[in-house]
Amino acid sequence: MVDPSATRLAPETDVPAPVIELRGAGKTYRSGSIEFEALKGIDLAIYEGEYVAIMGPSGSGKSTIMNVLGCLDTLTRGEYRLGGTDVNDLDEVELAEIRNRQIGFVFQGFNLLLSLPAWRNVELPLIYGGIPRHERKQRAEQALDRVGLGDRFENRPGELSGGQQQRVAVARALVGEPTMVLADEPTGNLDSVSTQDVLALFDELHARGRTIVLITHELEVAQRAARIVWVRDGEVIRDELTEEAAA
Amino acid sequence: MSWLESFRTSWSAVYSHALRSTLTVLGILIGIAAVILTVGLGLGTQKDVSAQISSLGSNLLIVAPGSSTDTAGVRGGFGSSSTLTIADAEALESSVNAPDISGVAAEKTTSLSLEANDTNWTTSVTGTTASWLDVRARTLSAGEFISADDEEKSASVVVLGSETADELFGSQRVVGQSVVISDKTFQVIGVLDSAGSDSSSNLDDVAIVPFSTAASVLVGGTESSAVSTIYLQASNGGQLSAAYQEAETLLLNLHSISDSTAADFTISSQDALVSTATAVYETLTILLTGVAALSLLVGGIGVMNIMLVSVSERTREIGLRKALGAPPGAIRRQFLIEAAILGLSGGLLGALLGVTAALILPGVIGSSIVVSPAAVGLSIGVAIVIGISFGVYPATRAARLAPIDALRSE
Repeated sequence: MVDPSATRLAPETDVPAPVIELRGAGKTYRSGSIEFEALKGIDLAIYEGEYVAIMGPSGSGKSTIMNVLGCLDTLTRGEYRLGGTDVNDLDEVELAEIRNRQIGFVFQGFNLLLSLPAWRNVELPLIYGGIPRHERKQRAEQALDRVGLGDRFENRPGELSGGQQQRVAVARALVGEPTMVLADEPTGNLDSVSTQDVLALFDELHARGRTIVLITHELEVAQRAARIVWVRDGEVIRDELTEEAAA
Repeated sequence: MSWLESFRTSWSAVYSHALRSTLTVLGILIGIAAVILTVGLGLGTQKDVSAQISSLGSNLLIVAPGSSTDTAGVRGGFGSSSTLTIADAEALESSVNAPDISGVAAEKTTSLSLEANDTNWTTSVTGTTASWLDVRARTLSAGEFISADDEEKSASVVVLGSETADELFGSQRVVGQSVVISDKTFQVIGVLDSAGSDSSSNLDDVAIVPFSTAASVLVGGTESSAVSTIYLQASNGGQLSAAYQEAETLLLNLHSISDSTAADFTISSQDALVSTATAVYETLTILLTGVAALSLLVGGIGVMNIMLVSVSERTREIGLRKALGAPPGAIRRQFLIEAAILGLSGGLLGALLGVTAALILPGVIGSSIVVSPAAVGLSIGVAIVIGISFGVYPATRAARLAPIDALRSE
């Protein structure tokens, strides 16, 4: 299967504008008189179709990066452009719209609603996107098909394995055709078999040209990506293409 | 996100916590049912009371012997006081001394056993005059009433109440039959139409005989001229107080009493009694409705409580929905609709329970309950308003949650 976007993997070719761009991004948390500088001015550009792992130990600031990239938190300094839009000046409602249209989240804890069957979980972003009902069901089922759960539409999360639940979450992230898929420790709660399962799914999405940003503290997981951004103490200390990408 | 989608989301949340939702709804339900029932009971009692006005005859004054101060109008039993006599009643009939009194009916009542064929029935036997039918605003369903002639001759004739006739003769033709009262045979000359019952007696279970017959044959002795009640009919509603004055003056003169506070009789007007009773029932209704409304308030606080629990329990869900693109307005709406659903279900089920109870209870407690559609509609509306207003705070709290804090919560 050859996706035309897959050929535009390398950022150097024809110099398109980056999908994600952080410039001098800084974040300081204040709690009373105590200040904590979580991000100390980060520059980062991610291009369409890239598969990037943001890698670092806990407390390195990678979760803050994830929250900022996901428009769940705002910067105190610097600039964040997502798909060309400066996100920093947007209000709550506009941020909600950006999250809905541009970002597909995959969380460590799956975050599925236990009372709803799989396809209803998957359709959630479409509800907030104002997509009509009949189209939502169709698209939710297509997304579940794509992650290999074509026969699990009506199952509730409790009836699915951890790996399957995370696939449902991936389907939910994909269903709105977002600009990027943002995965926060997606394999953190999974056994090794399910981990491979989910990572294989990401490989496949990457091959089809999706932009994926994966946040992890496990090198083994990070190495599946084409590019690894190493973060420590709120700074990017290394930004490199992996052997797999080089190969 | 459309209202319909918000409603679907809210409904599935209510539905998936069925037990909790049911208990919350129960709080509202009980409050609404209580309000409907108490208001209905109040209205029903007022209806009963006003029905008594017409059953007792219009423009009626009641003269009772003794200086009874019983404001409820309960008369002493026959013979307990004998200060009123048939002579008083005759004097009141004078159009010179009492021009505003158009009708007088003296009653002498005692409880006696009636026998017909093999049937025995104890009822209140009333001796009275021909004017009774008009003054008490009663009608006959068969035969005729006691005439002046019967009175003069102390005729042994009797007019039966509809229920008494039924008990003694069943479905047989009643007029022309014989009834034995105190070993004396009476001929039935008429049957009264049904008039229901007032607060103290069954108006359909009576036997009416001529006053003279009752005085001489049934009671006899020194008490023969005493009457238990004199009913006076004013010539019209506006003359009621004039009639009252005339009756009082005349009776005080006849009894040689100069001070009206020392009177050995009491005159009461049925309207005054009714309005007193109505006022009492109204106060009672307001009080009970207040208590019921209070329980509605408690129900509303229950809704708020459960919504707050729901918000903190579903903090993660709220965070997730926000991450997936739900604006604060959609979250607020979801929780508001949830609260409104709880309120509305409580209101509808409460109205259902209230109306059902209003249909069943009268048979059990014996007083009528009037369900007014306005009260039902209003209380359902109140239930929704309670749901929403007690839902505003929890919903706003949910909408204000920062998505990342919400997602992080365990």
